[in-house]
Formats: sequence, C-alpha cells, structure tokens
Amino acid sequence: MTVLNNARLIDPESGTETLGAVRIRAGKITEILIQPIENIDMFRTRNRDKEGSDSALEILDCGGRYLAPGIVDIGVKVSEPGERHKESFRSAGLAAAAGGVTTMVTRPDTSPAIDNPELLEFVTRRAAAAAAVNVLHMSALTRNRAGREMVEIGFMLDAGAVAFTDCDHVIEDTKVASRCLTYARSLGALVIAHPQDPGLSRGAAATSGKFASLRGLPQVSPMAERMGLDRDLALVEMTGVRYHADQITSARSLPRLERAKANGLDVTAGVSIHHLTLNELDVGDYRTFFKVKPPLRSEDDRMAMVEAVASGLIDIISSMHTPQDEESKRLPFEEAASGAVALETLLPAALRLYHAEALTLPQLFRALSLNPARRLGLSAGRLAVGAPADLVLFDADAPFVLDRFTLHSKSKNTPFDGQRLQGKVLGTWVAGRRVFG
Amino acid sequence: MTFRQKHLLGIEPLHPEEIRSLLDLADRYADQNRSGGPVEPVLTGLTQVNMFFESSTRTQASFELAGKRLGATVMNMAMQASSIKKGETLIDTALTLNAMHPDLLVVRHPHSGAVNLLAEKVNCAVLNAGDGRHEHPTQALLDALTIRRAKGRLHRLTVAICGDIAHSRVARSNIILLGKMENRIRLIGPPTLIPAGAADWGVEVYGDMAEGLKDADVVMMLRLQKERMDGAFIPSEREYFHRFGLDVEKLAHAKPDAIVMHPGPMNRGVEIDGTLADDINRSHIQEQVEMGVAVRMAAMELLARNRVAAPREVWV
Repeated sequence: MTVLNNARLIDPESGTETLGAVRIRAGKITEILIQPIENIDMFRTRNRDKEGSDSALEILDCGGRYLAPGIVDIGVKVSEPGERHKESFRSAGLAAAAGGVTTMVTRPDTSPAIDNPELLEFVTRRAAAAAAVNVLHMSALTRNRAGREMVEIGFMLDAGAVAFTDCDHVIEDTKVASRCLTYARSLGALVIAHPQDPGLSRGAAATSGKFASLRGLPQVSPMAERMGLDRDLALVEMTGVRYHADQITSARSLPRLERAKANGLDVTAGVSIHHLTLNELDVGDYRTFFKVKPPLRSEDDRMAMVEAVASGLIDIISSMHTPQDEESKRLPFEEAASGAVALETLLPAALRLYHAEALTLPQLFRALSLNPARRLGLSAGRLAVGAPADLVLFDADAPFVLDRFTLHSKSKNTPFDGQRLQGKVLGTWVAGRRVFG
Repeated sequence: MTFRQKHLLGIEPLHPEEIRSLLDLADRYADQNRSGGPVEPVLTGLTQVNMFFESSTRTQASFELAGKRLGATVMNMAMQASSIKKGETLIDTALTLNAMHPDLLVVRHPHSGAVNLLAEKVNCAVLNAGDGRHEHPTQALLDALTIRRAKGRLHRLTVAICGDIAHSRVARSNIILLGKMENRIRLIGPPTLIPAGAADWGVEVYGDMAEGLKDADVVMMLRLQKERMDGAFIPSEREYFHRFGLDVEKLAHAKPDAIVMHPGPMNRGVEIDGTLADDINRSHIQEQVEMGVAVRMAAMELLARNRVAAPREVWV
C-alpha cells in the first residue's frame, strides 16, 4: 500500500485543487484525503490496527507539488511495425512515462497499417512486453488506410481495438465513408476522423496567407478543415455513429462543432498541443521541425483553440506524437516529413497555457486525462476512489531549457528544442506502480 | 563597406543601403561591360560552382559569364542528370561539394527554402539563383538596376507587376525590393494567380489591366508557365492574352514614358504582344539581360570580399 501525502490534488471532475493525500492499493485509488496527513506516526498506528501489518505501507511526501490523473494520449504514433528505428514500444513507453502519459492510444498509420486482427495482436503483444505504461490500440478504418474497403471492424473490436481511424487519410469516396460509419455504428465503434477536404489540402505544407505566400510554400486554406468537418458531421447525422474529430485547428470550424453538439450528435473533438502553443510564424526560415499536419495556423486561430478548450467545446488535447528521423526532416520544407514528437513535451507545453492564465489546471487535465478516458470508456483519468492509480506528480513551475537530445524518444524531432519551458514531471505511476521518477 | 551579407539567399535579409551599394557597383560594371574595356579580375583564384537542380539556360549563362569576366574558375553541374537521380539527398550533395572547397556556390532548386537549407551546411558563399516560389534575388536586383538607369531613380515610382504572381519567385523578390526602396507596387492578374494574403503585403491588387496600369512608371510582365494555361488556373491562352496580355492599347493607360520589362523567356502572344516586346522605345527586356551580368558580377565580388578568412574545414 502506498500513500502519496501532502500533494495538491487536481480533480478534473469537480474542477478543484486541494492539498491532501491519495491512498493506493492493488493498483487502484482506495482513498482520497482532503487534507495532508500531519501526524505520520499516528497514521501508521491507526493503519496497523486496520490492516494488521504496516510492513508494506509506504508514505511518500510530495512536498505540496501537484498530483493529477495521468494523461490519456489519443493518437500516439509508435513506429512499430515498419520503422522501429524511429520509435519502438520501449522508447515510446519511456518517453510517455517521463512525460506523465499513463495511457498511450496508438495510431494505426504504421507500415503496414494495423488493419487486420493478426497485426493488432502483434502490436498488443509487443506493447505489453516492452512499454512501461498502458497501451491501447486503434485500428485502421479501411484496409491499408486506402479508403476503399472497410476492415473487419467486428474482429478488430474483439481483438481489443478501442477506436477506428485512417489517421490523416480522408475517405474521399462518400459512399464508402457512409458505409464504414453505418457498419461501425451497428457495433458501437468509435470512429476518429481527420476533417479535411482532400482536394483542397492536397500537397499543402503551410496555411494559406501572407506568411506562406512570402515563403513560397504550397498552401491550404483553413476552410478545407471546415469543409471536411461539414461533410463528416452530415455523415454522422445520417448514420448516428460515435465520432471524434482528431484535430480541430481553425476558428472557422468551431461554430459547426458547437451546433453538432447542441443537436445531440455523439461528437467530440481534439486538438494537438502544437496547434495550442505554436503558430505559423514559428516556421520562420523553413524550420521543418515545425511542419505538422494540418499545418500550424494563425495566432487568431491558436487563441480561438485555447478558448475552445477552456469552454469545453474542444474536448481533448493530444500530443499527436509523430517520430521522424533526421533524414526525413533534413530536406527542403515541401519534401520534409510532417509531425513532431511530443509525449515528453506535452505537459510542459500545456503548462504554458496555465502560466499564461488561459486555462486552469483542472481544465487542462479535463482535456488531457478525463475527457479522453471517458471517450474511450475507460475508468482512468479521474482522481476518485476505485479509479486506477494512474497518476502524475509534477512541479508546475520548475523552469528548464529543452535539449532535444535528452528526450527518451528515438526520434528527436521536437519544435521545442532550445525553448524555455516550465513544468517538470517528478513521478509517474501506472496502476500504482512507479514507472518514472 | 556597406554590404555585410555572407550569402545572397534573398532580398528579404538585405538592408536598403546594401541594395544601393550593390547596384552602384553593378552600375559601374554595366558601363565597363558596355565599353568593352578591361575588368579587374577580382575573383582570380576563386572557384565558382553553378548547381542547377532545375533547368536554366539564361540565368546559368549569365552567372557563368559574370564569374569568368571577373577571373573565377567556373564549373557547371547539371544536377538533374546526376546524383539526385541516384537518390542522394540535398544535404549529402552539399557536403560532398563542400569538401571540394568552392568559394562561390550558385544554386537553383525547384523547392522553396532549399537554398537556405543548403547554405546552412556549406562554408562558402551561396547565391540563390531561384528557389521554388520563394525568391530570385539577382533577378530583382537586375530589374532594379534597369529601372534605376531608365528612370534615374529607384523610389517613388509606380510599378505594376502583371501575370502569374502566385507561382513567381521573380515577383516575390521584386515586391520585397521595390517595397524596401519605397515604391508603389501594384499586382495585376486573374485571382487564381494572385497569392493568398497578397493584400497584406502593402501592395494594391487589381483584376483589370486598364485600372492597374493607370499612371504606372514601370510595367513588369511575368512569364506564364505552359502547364498553367489550360483550364487549371486560367480558361485558355487566348482569353488570357485578351484580358491580361500587354499590348499597345493596354499600355496606353500607363504613363507615356512607362517602360516595359519581362524576365524572359517570353511567350509572345500570351503575356506580351511581340511587336511591343521589340519596340526599343518602350521595351527594356534586352537591357535586363545586360544588367543581369553586371549585377551578378557585383554580387559575387561583394560576397567574395565578405568570405570568412577562417581555415577551410570540412563540415561534418
């Protein structure tokens, strides 16, 4: 039995922060104390009476630091199978633990794509053997993410797939899309889509506007996202499927999302940490580590996204962790690969929003932990009796300058290299077991 | 010295004073070239490598001639035919070349920003001879010199840039340069060929030649690429010529002494009327080519002067 004493408890469900303690037993939270234990000896004695023996009682003084439910990160790319030199389950697991991510929900855009039960079993086995944190897997929605034939959704659910997504591929054929969603609906599966008009966004490397035009980069209007979302929401209305938009990044999309939710559709939306903390100007002189998909937006869009997270219109913040090796980034901007590693920088970057007073800590953890867990039907993401003891202890203020070569990920493609960040993870627990710190 | 750059990657990093001093030097070279007198071989003993990842006849010849006039050893590498086909990355090509210790590297590449990337990896002076849709600084400088010689000044002029602005690195560099020198810039073209956000550049955007050319001092026409003519960006060649091709009638809206420019190669009868292009009283297209050599001589001389005197080490 472990007691994490004298911690500021962040409870995203009630939206409160209290100085107290958490008692953990058999991988679960068994008690929440709303004030810290002052007299340790008396506590030990009382517990000896209760439990008979105190030999296993470990009391850890958290020194008044923050303790929150561990992050549930939907959309992590682990490059197994196919590109293990970029990221393996082991390295991703270490990065997750160091970043306070207690549950990774992996993307199926591997090579080959996770589109059959045998492959899903393979990654499940690999993850269980190598990763230090919980790993759940998503399945492709169509074979090879090609947008033509649906995967065996039923078998994939049986094999443990928690959601179905073609990642950044959009099913262009609306007929195929509607059938996939109808079939998924019949099995109660969650579908995660990338709202984007495929024609308009083809070949784009930057958001259209003054900056991209000056840099001479192929560009896409943020309107492409709204068009994609409009189509998807119409299909959701038609089929009744459970739908999550992986990344909403433009202010133009928000009214549509709001209306869909008000109309009672089973719709949620996410945003990547990069679209909440960076804007298109960060690309500067063609810095390819800032090339993500969809491309970084204007500052107005970024601020609108932060507000939408605060109001709850956008439900989930994720890392969109995408490892890329140096070779695929050291290319002219148009040719360079998209994506950034973010498991370890997710929390410090998100804390920028807290320090900027844009979001409170309970609001942050609602989007980082509670909402993603709820969306996937997990009991994690809460600081409550009976919930799994997946926890992160962190110092919200500790400043540091990020050196990308200190990251645990095999790939070091972070846009935050050399930047000043605040917030360090001191400890991570998964099912009561300490995996970091 | 008022030219402090290590590379010439674009017009954007240049200070107006640097532009002025480069043009002053180029002006002297232009006179020398014209008179046929001897030129001091200031680049003697230096190696200039022309690396063109995109085919070019005019720009490459102009750079080659400029280097040779100043005494440099010039080598041309046709990159389309070589290692790129063998799968070598741009960085590896740069490192390989760097190990051969060139002094001046002239690069053209089909992707925006590629020349900046290359410049980070080599320790010689890099000249951008055009990268994607980004910049083509020597073209803007030669245009500026042509204007300055024809108009006697390079400020407070109204310059109309017409045609395919969206895909043109020439237009971008010219807009930046003419803006830095405090000119009034107008962009004229069909909306499909005007880049997004152009209105935020401090320019005026027109969709009609008559309005856009009104009282212009300089009319710059841009080349329309063949692959953009049929249906994708404009309906047809003939409709384009009718609405946006420069002819005597449309030019009548500009000032009576307005000059006509074109970066070449021209599509006669598409963006410019052939007779007008040949009119020596209006068209300065041949001068542009002439100024090109002078501007490139000046640019290479200034960069050669600024070369770091550090020992040559192989960058790893």
